[in-house]
Amino acid sequence: MTLFKLALRNLLGAGLRTWLNVVVLSFSFVVIIWMQGVLKGMNNQAVTSLVDAEYAGGQFWHENYDPYDPLSLQDAHGKLPDELKDLVEKEKATPVLIIQGTAYPEGRMTTLLIKGIDPDQKIISLPSFFLNEKTGEIPAVIGNRMSENTGLKAGDTVTLRWRDVNGTFDARDALIVQVMRTTVQSIDQGQIWIPLDKLRELSDMEEEATLLIVEKNILDPPQVNGWEFKSLDFLVKDITQLVKTKTSGSSIFYVILLLLAMLAIFDTQVLSLFRRKKEIGTLMAMGFTRAKIIGLFTIEGAMHAVLAALVAALYGIPFLIWFAKTGWPIPESMDSYGFALGEKIFPVYGAGLVVGTTLLILLVTTLVSYLPTRKIAKLKPTDALRGKIS
Amino acid sequence: MQNSALIKTQDLVKIYPVGWKELVALDHVSLEFQTGEFAGLVGPSGSGKTTLLNIVGSLDTPTKGDAVVMGKKISSLSHKQAAALRKKHIGFIFQTFNLLPVYNVYENVEISLLLLGLTHEERKKKVMQALEWVKLADRVKSRPAQLSGGQCQRVAIARAVVKEPAIILADEPTANLDAENSYNILETMVDLNKELDTTFIFATHDEKVIRYLRRKITLFDGRVTKDEQVTPQGKGENP
Ligand SMILES: Nc1ncnc2c1ncn2[C@@H]1O[C@H](COP(=O)(O)OP(=O)(O)OP(=O)(O)O)[C@@H](O)[C@H]1O
Ligand SMILES: [Mg+2]
Repeated sequence: MTLFKLALRNLLGAGLRTWLNVVVLSFSFVVIIWMQGVLKGMNNQAVTSLVDAEYAGGQFWHENYDPYDPLSLQDAHGKLPDELKDLVEKEKATPVLIIQGTAYPEGRMTTLLIKGIDPDQKIISLPSFFLNEKTGEIPAVIGNRMSENTGLKAGDTVTLRWRDVNGTFDARDALIVQVMRTTVQSIDQGQIWIPLDKLRELSDMEEEATLLIVEKNILDPPQVNGWEFKSLDFLVKDITQLVKTKTSGSSIFYVILLLLAMLAIFDTQVLSLFRRKKEIGTLMAMGFTRAKIIGLFTIEGAMHAVLAALVAALYGIPFLIWFAKTGWPIPESMDSYGFALGEKIFPVYGAGLVVGTTLLILLVTTLVSYLPTRKIAKLKPTDALRGKIS
Repeated sequence: MQNSALIKTQDLVKIYPVGWKELVALDHVSLEFQTGEFAGLVGPSGSGKTTLLNIVGSLDTPTKGDAVVMGKKISSLSHKQAAALRKKHIGFIFQTFNLLPVYNVYENVEISLLLLGLTHEERKKKVMQALEWVKLADRVKSRPAQLSGGQCQRVAIARAVVKEPAIILADEPTANLDAENSYNILETMVDLNKELDTTFIFATHDEKVIRYLRRKITLFDGRVTKDEQVTPQGKGENP
């Protein structure tokens, strides 16, 4: 108790130097919490968009389906077993058939995935209802990135070519009825959506599907042979990982900031041990043990973090709240990151984040404050009182 | 002579290694001090005065021989035990005052009591009383930087006496003070010595201090060359 009082008085007595350290350290507080909040918000947003647009409550995959191996698609389709058909009939799931194809927009050849989906499905937010349009050609929907890459616009016709189940080539014209704006790249880039029935018919894969998307919050999905259930946790794991790797560079920034703050405190500690040697000797003469004096100086250093937390709260809380409300417009370049984001990121700050950051900074500051004070353990009272450099 | 002296040194030797050689700072010093003494170590610079005070004050340890202070053998005290002895029984007064600059007068004196487990009220009473003794009760809020040298040394005296230690060790307490302030300080210390029976041991070559001593111990090259009872003259007619 008394050590805390003495330490606080020493710290405040040091004036400007203390406040400089405190301000730098408080920046670390706010920036770490802010950046982590943005990343959390980003992740949440990416996951939410993915869940809405693609995963819903999870997916059953045909046992041969491997999204990372397009060549496997050839064998990754099959008739739905009864248990799964039952789900589709109860509108608790919607099947998707995927085959590989080629398109010739503006005369250039491009490979793509042709995905068949029920135009009336309500399981995912993909605007499949556009596929209900009556047209002589095959109605098709593509995403805005696909549109940009291929130059295809609503009303354009494009020739699609594919192999049917027997391996023979076939081709047909599709009419782009809608370009959907979506933030989710994995329902957009390199693919074209057409009605499921049509695709089944064209590929000669009646009643077949590659995967089955089940509704959100489904309770115990059935176990079926040849079809594997992929839970939501499994499906979003990749994206969470992707967000992490794509954004890990940004943490360098606050590591550097924290490092600077720690350097400043370390420097202050070393300097104050050096300058206050006589004071240390005087305290020893008054009967303070070395341990008490080490404690005093360590607390003094660690209190930088306490003051910084207070200062950070002072300007940080209004800033962070304002920020969480207005959001952060996403720079154009981040679209290439490969995960879905809205127009703006809204940071999410959890209590764990704030408490964790505070504890981390307090811990690191205490350690950095303690390290130089170990010198005191070897200091003789007479040398300290003389105040000379040893 | 009493049987158990407050302080007793027995063939005390302190040797400092200096380069390849050894420097004998104290050479078989045997002395006794009784409670209530007002004694001074005098002698030329380098004769070992500070070294002796430091060992008696348990800030340093003997090379050979021993000092027994309030029944404790200095040579066998751990760092912690030495700190405990200083905390309760020994007050120091330094040539350079050694006040802590960020604390005010009151706080500087209070630090001395912080380790003794007193309540806030008890501390306050003692601090104010000590500041009355040194006539600085009206400056409790001042910082050391706002005080004169004499006032600073009076704060340091208050800090030393506030815990009413058995022994006060004062190393050149007047060296940084003018004559007027030196006499003030000395009068204060004589009063405290009389009032509280505190034992004072000085290390000094200041003639003004010597005029107040009741016992004068002369050191030369680490040896006691003279140990005499003297009649204190006080400020006298020729300050
Ligand atoms: N830490 C040390 N290391 C080496 N030698 C030392 C040390 N401290 C003191 N000495 C030497 O011991 C001798 C006695 O020193 P001491 O400080 O006790 O003298 P003093 O009588 O107090 O002198 P002064 O009147 O100048 O204060 C001196 O020769 C000094 O150089
Ligand atoms: Mg000396």
